[in-house]
Amino acid sequence: MITIDVLCGSVAGLQAGEVEQWIGNAWLRAEGPPGQYRFQEIDVARVRLIRELRNDLGIDDETLPVVLSLIDQLYAARRQMRKLRRAVEEAAPDDVKQAILNTLAG
Amino acid sequence: MAARDPYEVLGLKPGASDKEIRGAYRKLAKKHHPDLNPGNKPAEERFKEVSAANELLSDPARRARYDRGEIDASGQERPQRGSWQGHAEGPQGTRYRPNGEAGVDEQEIGDIFAELFRRGGSGAPPNMRMRGGDLQYTLAVDFLDAVNGATRRLTLPQGKHLDVRVPPGIEDGQVMRLKGQGQPGHNGGAAGDALIEIHVTPHPFFHRDGNDIRFEVPVTLAEAVLGGKITVPSPSGSLSVTVPPHSDTGAQLRLRGKGVPAHAGQPAGDAYVTLKVVIGAVDDKLERFLRDRAPDPAGNPRRGMTGDA
Repeated sequence: MITIDVLCGSVAGLQAGEVEQWIGNAWLRAEGPPGQYRFQEIDVARVRLIRELRNDLGIDDETLPVVLSLIDQLYAARRQMRKLRRAVEEAAPDDVKQAILNTLAG
Repeated sequence: MAARDPYEVLGLKPGASDKEIRGAYRKLAKKHHPDLNPGNKPAEERFKEVSAANELLSDPARRARYDRGEIDASGQERPQRGSWQGHAEGPQGTRYRPNGEAGVDEQEIGDIFAELFRRGGSGAPPNMRMRGGDLQYTLAVDFLDAVNGATRRLTLPQGKHLDVRVPPGIEDGQVMRLKGQGQPGHNGGAAGDALIEIHVTPHPFFHRDGNDIRFEVPVTLAEAVLGGKITVPSPSGSLSVTVPPHSDTGAQLRLRGKGVPAHAGQPAGDAYVTLKVVIGAVDDKLERFLRDRAPDPAGNPRRGMTGDA
């Protein structure tokens, strides 16, 4: 588990106030009550993503929630796709796999 | 592979202004950002290239050194990427599922297929033997029916009736499964089940506590002080109980075995009656008696709350 201080230390120029604001906006998720937030590795990557979108790509704070929501939907769909792929890999007999390939090719 | 000229990467001429560099970078970065193009390898490579070019050209000191030929385009460290994709596609990615609810989207894909196969959609072989789907209903049950058990008639959307035997002791939120009462199966498959969620309506004075029933009954001053037999309600009907003399508000009487009846291997619960003294109408005699009786031998019942003696 990562504290807010460690999080700010691992991303250059990141302010704790900014992080709290993002949590308030539901852009970033954390465990624990305010003042005792705990983060995971994925939250550090999330912070980097938010900073890239805002600072490097110039996406403003009104547009950012739309962009984040679309990104989250995209990855939810991709996770489902992976799950489906695993299910087909593990459960479908070879002739069904071939039939799926044929259908997709057609 | 030698890095390309950063101006060329951004589609600019040497001597471009800072604003032009920034604008060109943003345009290309938006187009090729790997988190916006997951799995698109060329876009990812292009983004790395664009980022590296921007990093070099947006730093005046390094840009000057590059322009002077002191460093070349490949001499720069690649910018640190957030690698959102790696996290978002791993199992931990569900932390940022779109709706924020726990445990939903991983389930969805299964639901889509369950529905597809149930409906005999084009994905399922036409002669595949399939079990019918389960149907979900809710049934409101009175408090006493839930305690004692009852038979309730459920009217289904298609106008059919289903007699549901509610077993004694059922609790709010419990789900009953009626085998074979769901959707019919396909091609000789078994019918699905009806899943009935029980909603127990609260009772005006009985409260359930596991298999015990708790409630309050009012008693008069005389009944509390002198004691005696009184009649109280219970889930199984009225009962006669004895109030011991010198009882007070809050005194509890236990009626063994008069709670939820024995069911599903559990013994019957008890009923707990809490007495509540009510004064009611006061006549002159009581008033005079109390006035003459001062000081009250009971003392101050609030001592310990206010700090008074």
